[in-house]
Amino acid sequence: MMMEISTSRRFINGFMLTLSGICTVLVVSVLFFILGYLLIHGATSLNWDFFTKLPKPAGETGGGMANAIVGSGKVLLLATVIGVPIGFLAGVFLAEYSGKTFAFAIRYVVDLLNGVPSIVIGIVAYALVVRPMHHFSALAGGTALGIMMIPIAVRTTEEFLRSVPVNIREGAMALGATKATTIFTVVIPAAISGLTSGMMLNLARVAGETAPLLFTALGNQYWSKGYLAPIATLPVMIYNYAISPEEDLHKQAWAAGFVLLTLVLVINVSARLIIARGPSAQRR
Amino acid sequence: MAATSYIAETLGRRTSRGFFARLRGGDEISYLITLACTVSILLIVCLIVYELWFNSQATFKTFGFSFLKSSAWDPNADKYGALPFIYGTCVTAFLGMIIAVPLGVAASIFLAEMAPPKLSNILTFLIELLAAVPSVIYGLLGIFILVPAIKAYLVPPLKSVFGFLPIFEGTFYGLSLLSAGIVLSVMVVPFIISVSREVLLAVPVEQREAALALGATKWETTWDIVLPYASTGIFGSIFLALARALGETMAVTMVVGNTPKISASLLSPGYSIAAVIANEFAEANGDLYISSLIFMALVLFGLTIVINAIARIFIMTTQKRGS
Repeated sequence: MMMEISTSRRFINGFMLTLSGICTVLVVSVLFFILGYLLIHGATSLNWDFFTKLPKPAGETGGGMANAIVGSGKVLLLATVIGVPIGFLAGVFLAEYSGKTFAFAIRYVVDLLNGVPSIVIGIVAYALVVRPMHHFSALAGGTALGIMMIPIAVRTTEEFLRSVPVNIREGAMALGATKATTIFTVVIPAAISGLTSGMMLNLARVAGETAPLLFTALGNQYWSKGYLAPIATLPVMIYNYAISPEEDLHKQAWAAGFVLLTLVLVINVSARLIIARGPSAQRR
Repeated sequence: MAATSYIAETLGRRTSRGFFARLRGGDEISYLITLACTVSILLIVCLIVYELWFNSQATFKTFGFSFLKSSAWDPNADKYGALPFIYGTCVTAFLGMIIAVPLGVAASIFLAEMAPPKLSNILTFLIELLAAVPSVIYGLLGIFILVPAIKAYLVPPLKSVFGFLPIFEGTFYGLSLLSAGIVLSVMVVPFIISVSREVLLAVPVEQREAALALGATKWETTWDIVLPYASTGIFGSIFLALARALGETMAVTMVVGNTPKISASLLSPGYSIAAVIANEFAEANGDLYISSLIFMALVLFGLTIVINAIARIFIMTTQKRGS
């Protein structure tokens, strides 16, 4: 039996469904706008000097951002060394050892930490590292980004370890392995592709962070010596060049934006592909 | 043989249950190390609160709570007040939400209810990439593309139609609260969509089937049945996005105009808490100056923590009810 649906209801139905579709298209098109404009302005301003030369002093045109590219790499390396081990091991604890209530509480705190604005984390890194040392440094920037990496490291580790089937653990236990041996030689290797891509996503997320670096890593016109000196990073360079009045610096900002976005998106896409195809494929 | 040694170890453990014996087995060590890392996260959170609290005491002792109500900002005279920044933060965030919420909820309805799964997955993937775009890139596009576009195409019609309203008063120079709000809306939409979509997908399919069987159209099912069921979670996603909009720094700093004054007009430049910290913290000298900036960071921290805490609870309740 078919029920009659009045024309007005039919019209509202069609209209609202179309509207929601249009909204989706609108949001997704923003991504293509961003990619398009960065391609137009960024890729055209890009040249070999950008990757090999130091920034020119104010007033001169040309130059590149070689120091900022290396600087970003150094700061991200520090961030990974500081943030990932803590987050990873805490994730192991939550997935393998913790009781339900404690795990819930920690997860909640971790989610809150994830929601703390990056600029606030920057201030904490300033108070913890810059102030006692009396100068800005790559270490301070790495600390800020490292703290920001912890929440995602915890959550991805826990999620991917939990997705390892129980019978694999039981197999190892049945062979007489201790719990620690089971975790570190059986469970973690089984989840390794998910864990690696989770950490890649994590890294991509902080790679574009600018705010906490403004007053921790600061910036540097030259090559930075070691990890205890102020250091140039790509996002901060983009910011400084974009707000400067010079036309030539705007071009460089576009070029740097293009490089940064390409890097972030390539890491994102490849990590998500690994997760989608991996053995521990999951909802996320 | 590896297996034999494990068995020997386990047997050894059974005979001597002393702490150090178990320590040698590796179990206790890995337990303690991972526990230490977990506890250290709690310590880091406490450290964040402590550092913000301790370093903003000078301002609190000098101005008390009148700091939050004063709109004086004059580092040369050592007078500080947070009101223009709090005002700017709230106005830009709410403006962003007014645009982002309808857009985001509509898009999540499309992705969860209408679109075929394959299309939905592809679009969701693209929207998640949008969420991964660094905020400084949004700022870059904001300065050079969006602000000129707003100036050329959005503000003249707005002024000719709504020009009599105080919120559209004055001359528009480009960098303004309005520009910041629009950039923020674009930035938070992906967060609303991805969380709302998951919340909608957690609504049991029986709910939809029952409504459809009673003769409701697809839209009526979505609007009258699915949305009320998922409303708490959708509010959660909105709160999550609000917290993000309040704390967003770079994009706002680049387009808001950085002028510490309170003006009813959205077309005039303003300032936000995060923006003033980004602009002035590195060069701030004088204890009271730094302490005032940190006090504002503490306000921002408290605000986002509370909003996030509520949002997480909202999202958890809906997802638990759904599954």
